[in-house]
Amino acid sequence: MATITGAIMSSHVPSIGGAIAKGLQQDPYWKPFFDGFPPAHAWLAKAKPDVAVVFYNDHGLNFFLDKLPTFAVGAAPEYRNADEGWGIPTVRPFNGDPALSWHLIDSLVADEFDITMCQEMLVDHALTLPMALLWPGGGEWPVRIVPIAMNHVQYPLPSPRRSYHLGQAVGRAIEAWDEDARVVVLGTGGLSHQLDGPRAGFINKAFDLMCMDAIVDDPGRLARLSMLELVREAGAQGTELMTWVAARGALTGSVSKIHSNYHIPISNTAAALMVLENRAPPAARVLAA
Amino acid sequence: MALDKSYKDVPGTTIFDAEQSRKGYHLNQFCMSLMKSENRARFKAGERAYLDEWPMTEDQKQAVLARDLNRCIGLGGNIYFLAKIGATDGKSFQQMAGSMTGMTEEEYRDMMIRGGRSIEGNRSIGEKK
Repeated sequence: MATITGAIMSSHVPSIGGAIAKGLQQDPYWKPFFDGFPPAHAWLAKAKPDVAVVFYNDHGLNFFLDKLPTFAVGAAPEYRNADEGWGIPTVRPFNGDPALSWHLIDSLVADEFDITMCQEMLVDHALTLPMALLWPGGGEWPVRIVPIAMNHVQYPLPSPRRSYHLGQAVGRAIEAWDEDARVVVLGTGGLSHQLDGPRAGFINKAFDLMCMDAIVDDPGRLARLSMLELVREAGAQGTELMTWVAARGALTGSVSKIHSNYHIPISNTAAALMVLENRAPPAARVLAA
Repeated sequence: MALDKSYKDVPGTTIFDAEQSRKGYHLNQFCMSLMKSENRARFKAGERAYLDEWPMTEDQKQAVLARDLNRCIGLGGNIYFLAKIGATDGKSFQQMAGSMTGMTEEEYRDMMIRGGRSIEGNRSIGEKK
């Protein structure tokens, strides 16, 4: 049976792509952000995941307002990045895991999540940049991916509660997958930021730090937030926190924090990173033994 | 059932809801066309002519020509899509965001370095005065 090794949550600010391309990791502006990642690399080297299931929000590269699914699950053998108009270099293609994708789709629909299935899907900076941060250095990606896109463009957005429940359903499905695979779950976005209007530049450190605590021990608190509270406390684009909440929902065992980093600002955003380890509950460990 | 629009209480913020999306559909579609480098080149070579290829309102076209992002948002633009205009102009996301705040580029950058715009005074319209 598949094992969920843990979850990593990371920001995905587009300018990170420019910084990587220009090699600015030790530049004073970028250093406090990039210096957060070596502990995540060390954990990944031990956790040795085969697959990453990635909760993220597409910003118009694959989905536009003509057809915009609330939740979409990738089921492609390969995922490509493309020009988003920012001028940041595109990253090399990712291998998919169609067997896991279709297992998740079957299980989610049986669980009454009416998701959209995508056998072709471009992946934007929200997926590619966290991948490049977690597995730097080029060459073949060491993991296959299953992207799960969540609508954070067009209201109504999926509620925090629904996002958490989606994550829980994904977690149950992964653990029921009849393959001896190690899976890491990613959630990308946030934390507090607002990109538009006279309130642009909004940052709420106190709220962000609360979220970084609650995501470990009390994710239900985040699942109970209303959309108004999210926009008010996290900023208009801070609703991306829901990708973190979904990723946390997928951790079904006992969860401990391995590492975290928080830095203001990257561009307009409070940038954050968390590494959470998932240990199967005692009953499951006995059954597995 | 009436739609819940309680989010309208957050000051300086336009939520991209159905009302905005219906208004801005073609404006946003124009923006998305700028993801292709050949379209960016055509737009730069003749902005008005390129805009006239899209069924946008005259107000929307004027707002784009003036690079008035607040007005674009009022007319149904979404920042994720409007950002393609800034990228075509060679502006960073921070420069675009800052342009909507009434601050100079330097003032905005310094505010971000100092920790960003505080929630104090920015929670609700009632509080803001």
